[in-house]
Amino acid sequence: MRDRHNVRGLLALPAVGGLGALLAWGFSGMPPFGSFHGFYGQLLNAIALPQRHTTNVVTAIVFDYRGFDTMGEEFILFAAVVGVVILMRGDNEQPTMLQRTDRVHSDAIRFFGVTMIGVGVLVGLWLAAFGLVTPGGGFQGGVAIASGIVVLFLSIGYPAWSKLAREEALDPFEGIGAGTYVAVGLAALISGAPFLHNLLGPGTPGTLWSGGSMAIINWGVAMEVAAANLLLYSEFLQRYLGPKE
Amino acid sequence: MNYLAFGVAAWIFCVGVYGAIVSRNLIHLALCLTVTQSSTYVLLLAIGYKHHAGAPIFKGVKLGTPAVDPVVQSLTLTDIVVSVTVVALVLALAVVAHEHSGTVDPDELASMEG
Repeated sequence: MRDRHNVRGLLALPAVGGLGALLAWGFSGMPPFGSFHGFYGQLLNAIALPQRHTTNVVTAIVFDYRGFDTMGEEFILFAAVVGVVILMRGDNEQPTMLQRTDRVHSDAIRFFGVTMIGVGVLVGLWLAAFGLVTPGGGFQGGVAIASGIVVLFLSIGYPAWSKLAREEALDPFEGIGAGTYVAVGLAALISGAPFLHNLLGPGTPGTLWSGGSMAIINWGVAMEVAAANLLLYSEFLQRYLGPKE
Repeated sequence: MNYLAFGVAAWIFCVGVYGAIVSRNLIHLALCLTVTQSSTYVLLLAIGYKHHAGAPIFKGVKLGTPAVDPVVQSLTLTDIVVSVTVVALVLALAVVAHEHSGTVDPDELASMEG
């Protein structure tokens, strides 16, 4: 086994080296770093604010100009989480893992951890809320919210975490979050406009009330991403630390 | 210096692919995939970078101020989401494989078939 492994490494070297050379050759024909003038990027930088009243052009692209694509992306995440949940549940043969006690005894860690949960969730909400105005957005905010809540497991322990991050509690958030995107799209269709058309109007630039329908989609995505991340953590942790069925 | 960022992207890609080829552990393999995919973030952001330009965010900045390309930035966001889903699935598969056969070495897993 060891020999075969070494041989594979030796065989891989020229192949990967060749790949690297090809990449270097290809990159050397690209416009030099810092001098790219993509037409679409320049156009969107010029029209996103007048058209959509959003000061964050990246979010305007994600949720509006390329909104249909992002819906697919959201459902990739949705499908992957469903896949993980099914895989982890596939059979009830219990692993040989020991029941571990993971209580945190240090008061300093508990105190600091609980404080950081609030900070993390607040940063996440802020990133999501101002996603259409300043750097941020639903995806980033959702991940930050989930990371904040995972600190609960790290600083308090599994029992507290398992009370909060229950699947029955998280599933509705994930479903509603993903469904919001489709609902906003269908609402536009029903009113006679194209799918995902911005029904609420563009709003006031630079404020929380900008972007119209995009703001709703943004919050739906934040909810879905936060719930999806928490579900992933919950499944993996439950596998090793949860009560045996 | 002009091509340093592209070179970094190529280097990260090759390191990740090499790691995946010689990997003897599914969890290590998942990390190699993440490293390989990270090269695309570097590449996309490097392509979109413009000298003397700000972020494509016009809060408090006059419209028409030079800004870097926003399209590749939103593509990077998609890229990261896909990367997370792939890692989650591969890790779940590694857990299941370990429980069924007691190993996370892809070679040993293959030799246990049939």
